[in-house]
Amino acid sequence: MSKFWESRLGVWSGFAAAAAVLFGLAPLLLSGFRLGLFAQFICYAIVAVGIGLAWGRGGMLTLGQGVFFGMGAYLMAMHLKMADAEFRGGPGAVPDFMELAGVRELPAYWVPFASPVFTIAAIVLLPTGLAVLLGLAVFKRRVKGAYFAILSQALAGAFAIFLIGQQSLGGFNGLSYFRYFFGFTLNDPVNQRMLYFITAAALLVVVAASLQLRRSRYGELLVAVRDAEERVRFLGYDAAGVKVVAYAVAALFASIAGALFVPVVGIISPASIGIVPSIMFLLGVAIGGRGTLIGPVVGALAVAFAQTALSEQFPSAWTYAQGLLFVCVIALLPGGIASIPAVAGRIRVKHRPEAVEATT
Amino acid sequence: MNAIALSCTDIRVDFDGFTAVDGVDLTLRRGEVHFLIGPNGAGKTTLVDAVTGLVKYTGSVVKDGRELRGKKVHHIARAGVGRTFQTAAVFENLTVAQNLDIAAGAARSPWTLLRRRTSLPAAVADTMERIGLAERAGAAAGTLAHGQKQWLEIGMLLVGDADVLLLDEPIAGMGQAERETTGRLLHDIAAERAVAVVEHDMDFMRANASRVTVLHGGAVLAAGSVDEVSADPKVQEVYLGAAEREEAVDAAAA
Repeated sequence: MSKFWESRLGVWSGFAAAAAVLFGLAPLLLSGFRLGLFAQFICYAIVAVGIGLAWGRGGMLTLGQGVFFGMGAYLMAMHLKMADAEFRGGPGAVPDFMELAGVRELPAYWVPFASPVFTIAAIVLLPTGLAVLLGLAVFKRRVKGAYFAILSQALAGAFAIFLIGQQSLGGFNGLSYFRYFFGFTLNDPVNQRMLYFITAAALLVVVAASLQLRRSRYGELLVAVRDAEERVRFLGYDAAGVKVVAYAVAALFASIAGALFVPVVGIISPASIGIVPSIMFLLGVAIGGRGTLIGPVVGALAVAFAQTALSEQFPSAWTYAQGLLFVCVIALLPGGIASIPAVAGRIRVKHRPEAVEATT
Repeated sequence: MNAIALSCTDIRVDFDGFTAVDGVDLTLRRGEVHFLIGPNGAGKTTLVDAVTGLVKYTGSVVKDGRELRGKKVHHIARAGVGRTFQTAAVFENLTVAQNLDIAAGAARSPWTLLRRRTSLPAAVADTMERIGLAERAGAAAGTLAHGQKQWLEIGMLLVGDADVLLLDEPIAGMGQAERETTGRLLHDIAAERAVAVVEHDMDFMRANASRVTVLHGGAVLAAGSVDEVSADPKVQEVYLGAAEREEAVDAAAA
């Protein structure tokens, strides 16, 4: 069966099935509010695909994807705020939250975000560029394992604290009340549905890109670096460069997810990008199965769904459930949900006497 | 005399005041299997580490007129100096073919890397024949027998076009039949390359060495053919020990 999913036909039918669910079934079954919630979960899943690549394939425990998610989100939010202000007060107008804070002059770094092209370029280039610089600095010095994890987590914490201190970025409250998304009013249900479709399409594109990377020679090389980095270097490769690429791709995916999260959810604040959300991103990947292509997607969707469902019933129970889930997966199912078929197969073989004889 | 492939001059490695390698000269020639022997702590592996760029050293390592000292590990590897490790380092989750394909591709362009491997390069197929793993092409390297992993690692250097091979205990943990196969493999690959072997096993050394360098306490104690080295009283005293002295004399006479 696994052979089928590796074949060309299997891949196409997998994508076709996913597209049927995302573009057909989900909009039919879910109400406007639920569909918006699903779009939010899909944003988490996009981050998870990147983590699956960097962590599952590359062995880099990226505990700080909130940084790149947050960058994408704030860059997009700045553009949306600028567009709103321009619509209300003409070019050069100050966004509403600044007006309330008594700011009369637009800060210089906000000005270019009036341009949609500049904003999209920034969303693609800035987090990716930062990841390349960070990756070069860290991986060239052969920082890895727990040290890299702690470093990346500290970065997410520092970034959130930095944002809380920035009054020109909304401080603790972040940026919210967006009215327009590239000219479309956001409170129109039709446009909300369009946003959902854009997000779902982005997920499919990101999964396809990840699949191509995994199956390429680069994907094999990345696994080689994960398992025996020294050996790769002694074969003449710049192993740090190999890791930087995966890290930067994961950052790009997180940034795209953040940029979509802002119009979908309608608010971005430091609370959505710090240490706790960064661990959330990782949790979904661990539960789904970091080594597989769709494990992270399934895990991220499942964790986000469980969080919402539980929080609706028992607001304080989620934290405990999250911890319990994490412990169970690490202790009982290190390969995540995606490894269940393989584990079940092993158990079945173990309990079949003739199979034991056949192997001896 | 065969052509010189790699010449090391006055190599000295200091670890915080402890001198692990103390002024070693070493010349590796094409067509020779050069054994580096010596007791534990003699500096054999450290010397290999130095040449391949893993530890800092003073002195000079020259290959084809190029100084290798101060170059990064992966640049030295690209210059054609390959090494193996005491515990065979292969990519356990990848197949034999994938292992060799990666080893063959250090010079690939990013564009090639981002595409799928559609067919095996001819060099990979040839090397699998050579190291006797053609039938295991699709097997994960982690499922290979211990000796097969060592051969795979040697194969990875061959397919990567290394012409100076530094092998760290290639027969550790091998049975007699595997040792003999490895010995034949060493001579086969040494035909157009320089091969240096760090080894403890005296029988294996006597059977396969074209030239021997004995290290002791970080310095060269003796160098020459198997017979010359075996007959050297310093070597007998310091390294081979009284119990083996007679045997060494026999070997020299043979």
